[in-house]
Amino acid sequence: MKLVTAIIKPFKLDDVREALSDIGVQGITVTEVKGFGRQKGHTELYRGAEYVVDFLPKVKLEVAIASAMLDQTLEAITKAANTGKIGDGKIFVTELSQIIRIRTGETGEEAV
Amino acid sequence: MENQIFELQYAMDTFYFLICGALVMWMAAGFTMLEAGLVRSKNTTEILTKNVALYAISCIMYLVCGYMIMYDGAFMLSGIAGGDDLVASALAASAEEGFDGGSVYADASDFFFQVVFVATAMSIVSGAVAERMKLWSFLGFAVIMTGFIYPMEGSWTWNGADVFGMYNLGDLGFSDFAGSGIVHMAGAAAAISGVLLLGARKGKYGKDGSIRAIPGANLPMAALGTFILWMGWFGFNGGSVLKLGDIASSNAVAMVFLNTNAAAAGGLIAALILARIMFGKADLTMALNGALAGLVAITAEPSTPSPMLATIFGALGGVLVVLSILTLDKLKLDDPVGAISVHGTCGFLGLMLVPLTNDASTFSGQLIGALTIFIWVFVTSGIVWYVIKLIMGLRVSEQEEAEGVDLSECGMEAYPEFVTQ
Repeated sequence: MKLVTAIIKPFKLDDVREALSDIGVQGITVTEVKGFGRQKGHTELYRGAEYVVDFLPKVKLEVAIASAMLDQTLEAITKAANTGKIGDGKIFVTELSQIIRIRTGETGEEAV
Repeated sequence: MENQIFELQYAMDTFYFLICGALVMWMAAGFTMLEAGLVRSKNTTEILTKNVALYAISCIMYLVCGYMIMYDGAFMLSGIAGGDDLVASALAASAEEGFDGGSVYADASDFFFQVVFVATAMSIVSGAVAERMKLWSFLGFAVIMTGFIYPMEGSWTWNGADVFGMYNLGDLGFSDFAGSGIVHMAGAAAAISGVLLLGARKGKYGKDGSIRAIPGANLPMAALGTFILWMGWFGFNGGSVLKLGDIASSNAVAMVFLNTNAAAAGGLIAALILARIMFGKADLTMALNGALAGLVAITAEPSTPSPMLATIFGALGGVLVVLSILTLDKLKLDDPVGAISVHGTCGFLGLMLVPLTNDASTFSGQLIGALTIFIWVFVTSGIVWYVIKLIMGLRVSEQEEAEGVDLSECGMEAYPEFVTQ
């Protein structure tokens, strides 16, 4: 089982959610985060004083999937979140050693 | 028949005072919203508390002794009565003034109209010292300012008393219709002495001379507050005509409303355009300050200028306020909401514009009045601030300032569901 973590542009969230739903991924966790990679920030102005906003708002989404679904999942997220412009984000894949469904107690691939 | 007309006039003038007083009270909501919108979210509860409390303190202190000091009233307003008692004396006063003379109205309405002006002056200070002053130190200062400092200079101006027996401002040609100097510049003078003793917010000014922006948390509230102040100002200036119940007075009142509105509009546009020119972008907070600057600038004389001239006077305020805000930052006088610039710089401007359209005033009279008010308020405020600093301190600790005064002074967050630092 794998944990796929993706940092994407906030306005792409709906597209990514739809794409994941289309391939059968049913659960997703979303967090609002701030960050930057090579995109850097932008300058704002307040009462004559300039200031740099380094951290840009992003959305982090996490999906737990069966290992067999990995390639489809990565393709779905990448296609849906891509704009071609700097700041599109990154996807991280980590090994998931255990999953438990709290309501029923199911474990492993059945709990995905 | 004549008595009945007098009674109607009395009722109308009293009613007018009360409605205008209610409008000026509404300005307290305006200040509250404006200031709360321009501070950071971690300091919002505290500034809200400051604003509601200072309004209440103003009302109580002015009732206890302020009105007595300013207008030779009675301690704790004793003797003010309503109802049938004073009908005969009121009719006699009306007969003496005549239909076109000075207005005759209920004593209680006079107090009500005056007290809300005290709250306005006091409210100016709260924005300038925001985000780093101890709440109770501020409230302690408010007690003295509203009970003593403001009433003293009010007595030398609107009550026509001699300044410590030395000279008389009215005789020297000083004129301040609704209080550009008496209320606004006075508030700013107290604010300046407070800011000097308090120091800037941590991190506002860098060692290399850079000025760090500390953006406000809620610009919709700041905009709402400005419009509330704009509307309340119709009572502030309009009520200062002091009479409604005859054609000449009604015309004056209408002109005052018109000019007050025009000056605000002029101030807003001027500040907006200047900000666009200087910074390349439209700065909402400068536009808001500009509208208020226009209002302050016209407050010393809103009845005699022509509407176009009132607009221009307002625009002058709008330009001046932007420059003043930038200058104060360069001087490292940290004023989170621009109160000193709006009310102090433009309050002075308002005073000096009066002789341009009002022959009864003189530039020298205006200047002497301005200096009298400023020096009195600045010095006495400075003393009070300093004493408070010795007794209980003025400024919160560095850690409290970092965590936000909402937690240290109020134990309560304004936006508890939004977790940010």
